[in-house]
Amino acid sequence: MTAPRGMAASAEPAIDARAFDLLAATIAVVLVAHAPHLPVWLAAALAAMLGIRWWQRRRRPGRASPWLKLPLIALLAGAVVFSYGTIFGREPGSALAVGLLVLKLLETEASRDARVGIGFGCFALMAALLFGQGLLATILVMLGLLPALAALRALEPAHAPASLPRTLLPGLGLLAAALPLAILAFLLVPRLSTPLWGAPNTGEARTGLGDTMSPGEFSELLVDDSPALRVNFDGAPPPAASRYFRAYVMWDYDGRRWRRGETRQAPAPLVAADAVGYQVAMESAATRVLPALDVPLEAPSQARLSADREIFRRAGSGQDALTYRLRSALHYRLQPDLPDPVRQRGLRLPQGFNPRAIALAVQWRQRYGNDDRAIVQAALALFHDGGFRYTLAPVPLGRDAMDDFLFDTREGFCEHYASAFAVLMRAAGIPARVVTGYQGGYWNRTGSYLLVRNSDAHAWGEVWLSGSGWVRIDPTAAVRPERVSLGAAAAAGNQLGWYRGGWLRDLRNRWDIVNRWWNQGVIGFDALRQRGLLTPFGVRRTDSATLGALLAAACGLFAGIGLLWALRRRQARDPVLAAMRMLERKLAGRGIVRRPSEGPQHYFSRAARALPQQRGELERLMRRYLDLRYAHAEPPPELARAFQRAARDFRPRRVVK
Amino acid sequence: MRGAWRRLQQWGEQRLPALTRHRRPEALPIELHRRRIYIVPTGFGLGFGVLLLVMLLGALNYANNAALLLTCLLGAASVASMLVAFRALDGLRLTHIHAGHAVAGETLALILEFESQRPRSAIRIDLDATHKAFAIDDGGKARVEIPLPTAQRGWQALPRLRLWTHWPLGLFRAWSWLHPQQQVLVWPRPEFGGPPPRPPAEHARQRFRLHQGEDLATLRPYRAGDPRRHIAWKASARQQDLLTKDFEQPETLGEWRLDWRQLPGLGNEMRIARLARWLGEALAQGRPCSLWLPDQHIATGSGPLHYARCMDALAKLP
Repeated sequence: MTAPRGMAASAEPAIDARAFDLLAATIAVVLVAHAPHLPVWLAAALAAMLGIRWWQRRRRPGRASPWLKLPLIALLAGAVVFSYGTIFGREPGSALAVGLLVLKLLETEASRDARVGIGFGCFALMAALLFGQGLLATILVMLGLLPALAALRALEPAHAPASLPRTLLPGLGLLAAALPLAILAFLLVPRLSTPLWGAPNTGEARTGLGDTMSPGEFSELLVDDSPALRVNFDGAPPPAASRYFRAYVMWDYDGRRWRRGETRQAPAPLVAADAVGYQVAMESAATRVLPALDVPLEAPSQARLSADREIFRRAGSGQDALTYRLRSALHYRLQPDLPDPVRQRGLRLPQGFNPRAIALAVQWRQRYGNDDRAIVQAALALFHDGGFRYTLAPVPLGRDAMDDFLFDTREGFCEHYASAFAVLMRAAGIPARVVTGYQGGYWNRTGSYLLVRNSDAHAWGEVWLSGSGWVRIDPTAAVRPERVSLGAAAAAGNQLGWYRGGWLRDLRNRWDIVNRWWNQGVIGFDALRQRGLLTPFGVRRTDSATLGALLAAACGLFAGIGLLWALRRRQARDPVLAAMRMLERKLAGRGIVRRPSEGPQHYFSRAARALPQQRGELERLMRRYLDLRYAHAEPPPELARAFQRAARDFRPRRVVK
Repeated sequence: MRGAWRRLQQWGEQRLPALTRHRRPEALPIELHRRRIYIVPTGFGLGFGVLLLVMLLGALNYANNAALLLTCLLGAASVASMLVAFRALDGLRLTHIHAGHAVAGETLALILEFESQRPRSAIRIDLDATHKAFAIDDGGKARVEIPLPTAQRGWQALPRLRLWTHWPLGLFRAWSWLHPQQQVLVWPRPEFGGPPPRPPAEHARQRFRLHQGEDLATLRPYRAGDPRRHIAWKASARQQDLLTKDFEQPETLGEWRLDWRQLPGLGNEMRIARLARWLGEALAQGRPCSLWLPDQHIATGSGPLHYARCMDALAKLP
């Protein structure tokens, strides 16, 4: 390596090209891990800077001048402030950190700078996990540790040269050796009951279901393929057509948007004919609603049941509430008697909107008289036979949105149909409301659980029929029955892009079991699970002191194992010496002990004097031994084997005196 | 400040000889084992530990288990690297020390031979102010050459050597002191300029006169490469083959009899310095010489071995 310019000023020698490459690789992994939440232009600029610096140092080592660095730092701070409005907080902070890390590489020539860069890089890798702790992100971050460790090794002088992939291997070995202790520490570190600072709001990146709905609102959600729920059923899973998960019940319509409208009333009475027990694990805590299969019988402990039997987790319940057990009825009568105020609410329509739809409903009412069911059928028949099309990219609607949809565009997805259906029913005098939630899901046979993705979000209608209570009517099913039986992807046909169709989707669905295991085993491992894990071992109290003591004991145990390994010495594998030692032990049994300073010749002749009967045998042994030791630089193995055999067969006979 | 530190060190040596290993010199081979290897975190290691604590706090605060796992993994790997650092030194043997030759005031090349059953990397050796790094590959042996500054002629005991390493991650520094019981011989420094030795005795000069100049000594058969003007054309005409005139080699330089007694009126060290210079000149000119010293007489000889023998004798003078 040629010495860079300006080296005379710096006391430390410049790091070699391999160490620099590994450092650059570490920073590249940091950049990749952070890229999803950085602005695209910032990520691209940082990547370009990294590449340019790497290329420049390959050609001519030397650090960037301060006249370049200072403006770049100012530029970075300016870019972060421009993009986020502040430099404090998680996103701007990590953007700044990644930027500074790349800038650090500009001035990295000495090993001290490189060490600082690596330590900072490890911190930035950990910070990347704060934005998403999925399995793949975690694996990527852990892989980022490999070049970091390899770079630290490469900074040491005088080590055996190796190819680039081979330099990563020792780091992998070190991490593998450290894994048992790491897992034990992970299991035993006391968790904080309340955060020390800030209120970490998790998963705000996900939109999730909102408590309002307007046609077109779901389009973002329907292309989000990430998991939303995973459901285990106590018995067999319900048939595909019954897998409706209710989240929000929408009452109030203003001509454009449906809203929940909060009422503080007791849950509506429910006459259940059956009950299905199941457990739901929610992926993100973006919303407070806990979706439940059809109509839940009661709320889980950390949540409450609303008047419409929606379930909301209590404020501040944290991550614990994301997994909950429920029982639901699939066959039921919900609110068989409708109080008058509720009926009024279920019939309310905004003034001066959708005149054609109202006219059509009034016309139905005149035709069918008091037969509500016939009116429902008429509406479904309209959707089925009226030339309606299911599409995820409908044309936008005007002021009288439902009129436009029903009589002009006739294309849309679940929201449009549910909304139009509810408007028609209300206009016809049938209490109706819109329900949003999830429908369908993928039954994972291997893991025996139902995977519900965000793209399974759905909206449907409920109408109140006398004698039956609230009855679910899914108008989308009238247009596109596959939506209900096969799922959103099937209904959308080829509108969702190649990657969501066919075998790839199937593979992703099967792979989800690993994500589930990761979510349950690692991400969801909290104080409660900690206690559950330790109870079988007789540890009842899991306060910080107990956990700390356990952790210390575990560390002590591993320290002992590590010390045993460190102190283990490989014995010299010298077969001739081993055979000689055996011979010495045998002779010592007859009282002929070799003195520490005694040469082999003297010892053997002393033995021959003591055992005159075996003089010949001992002399042969001596000649062989001396031959092996002194006649050859590298004794032939057959000679060594012969000596070993002779030593093994030698039996000192008792001297007859 | 410095003096206080040294006093503290001396006090430590007296109080805790086993701990500091500032002990009496020991015979080769010296094997490093667990009772003489010490480990402390480096500055970078301490900084990294603080960083790990911050990461731990962050992961716990955000209840982020993946980050917690990463932190635990890094922490465990750091601790494991301490054991690796220990193993980098444990079982290392210093088997031989070869010393080169040097005159006082110059550095002497010290060759240390290390042996190990397994490969080792990035082991560094400190000798006073000089540092050297070496590795031991699969062969299990390493020769490390390190310059040793010398002050005066005579036997010089080896100073304490420190073997240390930051391997593998630079988080921990493992070190051990070696104090081999070995001395190196430092040659006297020749004086700079001075009179030549007394010319050799007359009768010795006579002996060499015989074959001086271009005298023809003998004729011999021609060998390829002989200069043409050396061919004895007249004599060759009477023979089958060409004959070449063989000339006596130019006079071998006169022998110097270097004698301690011929340098009266000088101090011991001055005499030694002068003798050392004459020996050096004799070696440079290829001149044979003998050396008489109060306790030793070295017969006439020449060449580097002879020179080394004479210089050794000078160095050992009281």
